[in-house]
Amino acid sequence: MVLINIEQLLEKYDNGETTIKEEQELKAYFSQDEVAPHLESYKAMFQYFNTTKQEDLYTKDVPLKTKKSNIYQWISVAALLVLSLGIFTTQFGNDKKTLGSLTDEELIAYNQAVEVLDLVGSKFDQGESNMAAFGLMSNKLSQGVDKFEHVTEFSETTNKIFKSKKKKQNK
Amino acid sequence: MTQTDFTKLVLPFKDKVFRLAKRLLVSREEAEDATQEILMKLWDKRQKIKEYRNIEAFAMTMTKNFCLDRLKSKQAQNLKIVHSNYQDNNTSLQKQVEAKDSVDWVSKMIEELPEQQKIILQLRDIEEYDFDEIAKVVDMNPTAIRVALSRARKTIREKLTKTHRYGIN
Repeated sequence: MVLINIEQLLEKYDNGETTIKEEQELKAYFSQDEVAPHLESYKAMFQYFNTTKQEDLYTKDVPLKTKKSNIYQWISVAALLVLSLGIFTTQFGNDKKTLGSLTDEELIAYNQAVEVLDLVGSKFDQGESNMAAFGLMSNKLSQGVDKFEHVTEFSETTNKIFKSKKKKQNK
Repeated sequence: MTQTDFTKLVLPFKDKVFRLAKRLLVSREEAEDATQEILMKLWDKRQKIKEYRNIEAFAMTMTKNFCLDRLKSKQAQNLKIVHSNYQDNNTSLQKQVEAKDSVDWVSKMIEELPEQQKIILQLRDIEEYDFDEIAKVVDMNPTAIRVALSRARKTIREKLTKTHRYGIN
């Protein structure tokens, strides 16, 4: 590169008017060994710029902590609270009410519930009377079983007789 | 955003953050701490990070502010005494040895600049930012940046010419 060009660039450089490209040209020029003697003083400067950029590197590790979101822990805690509260209220919290303490609306609801239950109960009774036929049948069955017992009794005694007869024959 | 995503995002400019921190805080350890602090802050903000248009400029601004705060705080004032030890001009043997390394001079000369100029010089001559980017980081208009940069460069050049002529300043 022509020396005059470099000198012009240096003047621009001192005034802060050079572009980055021109500054790179200067750095390239001063990084070579042979530099015009009267420009020797610049050499250290540009060399310094070049070397620091290459040598001063950040090599340490940075401990990056990932904060675990503990929202699930808190949800489980909340769930446990709700559960235990529910158990507590069902175990100890039910004050028994008397009919007198009910409001009108509650009374109506109570009466309706009672009616419904009555209806269900009467249906049950009907069903039960139907079941009476089954009862009769099972009764007859057990009578049959009794009679059958007589039959087995009979067969047992006949067996005994046969056995005694056989014994007599053998003798 | 996972750790790998974050590392990819941060990788291009973490060294720049470190160098700017080192330029301002001088000590390597301090600069490492500052860089770690900045990266942790970015990590904490990782949910919002996509909203920033220019994350690098944002990180550099954070670094600049963080380091200037450090310098202002008492803790850093103590530090400064430690790290400006070599600024006294008695020419011990060690000083002479050190001074032979002319590249080292440059860093000391930059260190003597006002903070604003340090930052601008760092961003321009070492990190090669263009003026618009620097404007975002230092919150100045490009003309003012140009002027500050020119002053910084001239100061360094004058000192360098002097040292070059007469040896140790």
